[in-house]
Amino acid sequence: MNGEIYRVAGPVVTVTGIKPKMYDVVKVGHEGLMGEVIRIEGEKATVQVYEDTSGIKPGEPVANTGMPLSVELGPGLLESIYDGIQRPLEVLQQKMGDFIERGVTANGLTREKKWEFTPIVSKGDSVEGGDIIGVVQETPNLEHKIMVPPRKSGTVEDIKSGKFVVDETVCVLSDGSELSLMQKWPVRDPRPVGKKLSPTRPLVTGQRILDGMFPVAKGGTAAIPGPFGSGKTVTQQQLAKWSDTDIVVYIGCGERGNEMADVLNEFPELEDPKTGRPLMERTVLIANTSNMPVAAREASVYTGITIGEYYRDMGYDVSLMADSTSRWAEAMREISSRLEEMPGEEGYPAYLSARLSEFYERAGAVHSLAGLDGSITVIGAVSPPGGDFSEPVTQNTLRIVKVFWALDAKLSQKRHFPAIDWLSSYSLYNDRLAGWFTENVGSDWNELRDNAMDILQEEAELQEIVQLVGSDALPEDQQLTLEIARMLREYFLQQNAFHPVDTFCPFDKQYKLLKSVSRFGEKAIDKMENGVPINKIMEMESKDELAKVKYEEDFDAALETIMTKMDEEFTQLGGN
Amino acid sequence: MTKEYKTIVDIAGPLIFLEKTEPVGYGELVQINLPDGTTKRGQVLDTSADMVVVQVFEGTQGLNDESGVVFSGETIKLPVAKDLLGRILSGSGEPLDGGPRIIPEKRVDVNGASMNPYSRRPPEEFIQTGISTIDGTNTLVRGQKLPIFSGSGLPHNEIALQIARQAKVPGSEEDFAVVFAAMGITNEEAQSFMEDFEKTGALERATVFLNLADDPAVERIITPRMALTAAEYLAYEHDMHVLVILTDITNYCEALRQMGAAREEVPGRRGYPGYMYTDLASLYERAGVIKGNKGSVTQFSILTMPGDDITHPIPDLSGYITEGQIVVSRELHRKGIYPPINVLPSLSRLMNSGIGDDKTRDDHKAVSDQLYAGYAEGRDLRGLVAIVGKESLSERDQRILEFADLFEDRFVRQAKDEDRNIEDTLGIAWEILSELPEAQLTRIDNKYIDKYHPAHQNAE
Ligand SMILES: Nc1ncnc2c1ncn2[C@@H]1O[C@H](COP(=O)(O)OP(=O)(O)OP(=O)(O)O)[C@@H](O)[C@H]1O
Ligand SMILES: [Mg+2]
Repeated sequence: MNGEIYRVAGPVVTVTGIKPKMYDVVKVGHEGLMGEVIRIEGEKATVQVYEDTSGIKPGEPVANTGMPLSVELGPGLLESIYDGIQRPLEVLQQKMGDFIERGVTANGLTREKKWEFTPIVSKGDSVEGGDIIGVVQETPNLEHKIMVPPRKSGTVEDIKSGKFVVDETVCVLSDGSELSLMQKWPVRDPRPVGKKLSPTRPLVTGQRILDGMFPVAKGGTAAIPGPFGSGKTVTQQQLAKWSDTDIVVYIGCGERGNEMADVLNEFPELEDPKTGRPLMERTVLIANTSNMPVAAREASVYTGITIGEYYRDMGYDVSLMADSTSRWAEAMREISSRLEEMPGEEGYPAYLSARLSEFYERAGAVHSLAGLDGSITVIGAVSPPGGDFSEPVTQNTLRIVKVFWALDAKLSQKRHFPAIDWLSSYSLYNDRLAGWFTENVGSDWNELRDNAMDILQEEAELQEIVQLVGSDALPEDQQLTLEIARMLREYFLQQNAFHPVDTFCPFDKQYKLLKSVSRFGEKAIDKMENGVPINKIMEMESKDELAKVKYEEDFDAALETIMTKMDEEFTQLGGN
Repeated sequence: MTKEYKTIVDIAGPLIFLEKTEPVGYGELVQINLPDGTTKRGQVLDTSADMVVVQVFEGTQGLNDESGVVFSGETIKLPVAKDLLGRILSGSGEPLDGGPRIIPEKRVDVNGASMNPYSRRPPEEFIQTGISTIDGTNTLVRGQKLPIFSGSGLPHNEIALQIARQAKVPGSEEDFAVVFAAMGITNEEAQSFMEDFEKTGALERATVFLNLADDPAVERIITPRMALTAAEYLAYEHDMHVLVILTDITNYCEALRQMGAAREEVPGRRGYPGYMYTDLASLYERAGVIKGNKGSVTQFSILTMPGDDITHPIPDLSGYITEGQIVVSRELHRKGIYPPINVLPSLSRLMNSGIGDDKTRDDHKAVSDQLYAGYAEGRDLRGLVAIVGKESLSERDQRILEFADLFEDRFVRQAKDEDRNIEDTLGIAWEILSELPEAQLTRIDNKYIDKYHPAHQNAE
């Protein structure tokens, strides 16, 4: 249906005469700017436009595609960088240069490349939605499974093998439907699954405070709120680099262009610790930076999670980082206010909380329709104004997610990184993952961790006294507690993301580090109780040397040397 | 396109509402002819078949329903040419220096287009400002946006000028330029900038846009866009390294708030518009470097924090967009320290890519981390000393306390014309770090201690 523009006010355009359904994609104006119907009132429909509307006039034509906003899913997603509506930024650059002009469309998946397709079904097989009909080697390490789109089923009438472009037919079903290597899916609809499972495996991130203290499960949800400059992006990027997942979807939602350039620059150079392949090969980037249109920013998280679900359906573990969900919420607020909707808390629309939970609900460990186990872990950064966690986006998010990594400006100002406050952060997965840790990390791991947390808690209480009387006035055992707590903070919790060795810490190393500090603590307490003066313990060289062992290339050897020395030093301390 | 409409039905604050026009484009530039023969300019904010809303840059004073409105048929553009260098223009781009009109090479939409993230090259070239607290601990790189967060009455202008004078990329002799945009600053402040530019000959390499305190507030909304358009043109079409100084972002935000109120929008935090983040991003994100292009746009803007409050929406939203901030401290200023930069809340996020072996020196990162750790601890201890007295501190703590004083006195403090190179800055850092027990330098790899620690130097 063709209609015309009635009114233009920034990214919100009112149109008439297109007979729309909600969320239909429309082409606005002579340049055919892409937009989406977000309200229908009698003859008039309101459209959020994904591109700049300067110069657009009332009376210009509008065409309704009749289709909801969808993404193309198929081989070629990996290693791509897209804007919020799945336009490849590389293609946009080829078409219009270094600055993004408007009115340019681009396919999400290239039609130039041919993929080698190997079928696994034969003529006469009956297939249902989600079933795998064949595979394509998308990257050297990833077998891309070509699935029957959900809600389709039938008997295979024809199946091909060989090299195909994504939109060529490779399979025909009895109802006449033609399947290609690619399918389209509306981004606002969760892709269906067979069954949701309860997550039982941790997402191993190589970040000590995360894995060790506040782990997230594969298929779980986590939020990282924090004031500006406290480390949300660095943490998200660390997760994108080192998490043990098959696929990473990284959404730069309303954040900096340079950060995306950084990822693009770095990821092809870095190796996936699991496969040794370049990290970029398992990554899909969505970059709708702060200066790109807000309506496309609003769409970006949906585009990202739909791509994530698609790989989950193949039975892969996916992790998705959204930096920052606050900018997404602000995009909603901006559009809502242009619609003159009744504002809720702090001007956010009343449906903010519903949208947030719908989004995080798309995380999960699942049995896919094809019966494969896959998962999406969702980790959202939150940027609370003034760093105040009582604001609506943080609060609504915390009601949903199971892991809370609270960044603290005081820690980041002291350059204690990651600046995650160990006292207020939490993970609700610790119990569920305890079994996995005992089996895979160490039989005493849960205990070591709980003890460490206790010491850190105690430190916080003692610090209050120190603030009044100074540390020298404390009894010796408490002075020792403070020292062990300091070691835990500096030797274990602190982890420099930019250090070539320490940026990634395998579980085995985490275990040994924590165990060493704990062993020092036990022996020191023992010595102290046997009358060794505390200043002798404080002067132990091996204790200070332990500080830097995490930076050693040959960690095991270095640790052994230090621990041997520590044993010697303890022996020399004597005591009765 | 010269049709004049006399169909104003309502005037409210800086806005006028018109009926019965031909279709008008969103964002179009508008000329308003007043009955007394003067003209004003404005921009279309909302356009429909029934009503057009125009925001008037010079304010609506003297306007009435007799006034005529002419739509230009295009968005706001800046005529650009290399001749922009050496010129002083008004906040909306009209010559103020008595010089000729700019003969445009082309006319560019001041809103600019967003740089494709795929085209960006990660900024990584170290800019030496000659100021230790920046070079040593909050390094600036080409293409970065690093504002100064200051307070009223603090010497941010001096710091900005010192940087404009001293900034260089060591070992490179490339074309540079300064684009300076004043937004609502006083005439006196503007004069001091201009005098300094003239004295040092910088004016030849500068383009100045002046919207002063007594100029219309609405104009402030386009002033920085004009400046950034000029900067992008010089950078990306003439391969220049452009340093943009926008001052004062706070006045710009006040103008935004005023506009929002006039439009009767639902206000966000403390009355500022809900879209202020996006709006500020449309300025700050216009910094960067492009793959395959020699030029660069670096932003070093000034922002005065209302009530010195870093959580106020203006510094807060800025901090969420920029690549760090340099925080000027009233406390250090009171102590008589120049430049009174407090490194603890300051941050340069691009520092890591601009320093190190091939750029500054291999020990730079470690030294900086150690300085931070020591100074942060020292300042904490000052709080404690105030309560329990110096005597009850352990020996270790007393040395850290002394370190914090040394840091302020030797590392932070420098003269207004003191241009320290990076070797000097790191040298001072090692001197003061060597006052701490070596075992306490936990942030520094032993190999750097061996290589640079003064005690080890003498041993050889
Ligand atoms: N784990 C870490 N190791 C070392 N440095 C870190 C770490 N985390 C954060 N930093 C430092 O803190 C700076 C700010 O971090 P980051 O950019 O992640 O903040 P942010 O919370 O995303 O801020 P914003 O909300 O403004 O985007 C980084 O540039 C880096 O210098
Ligand atoms: Mg960030």
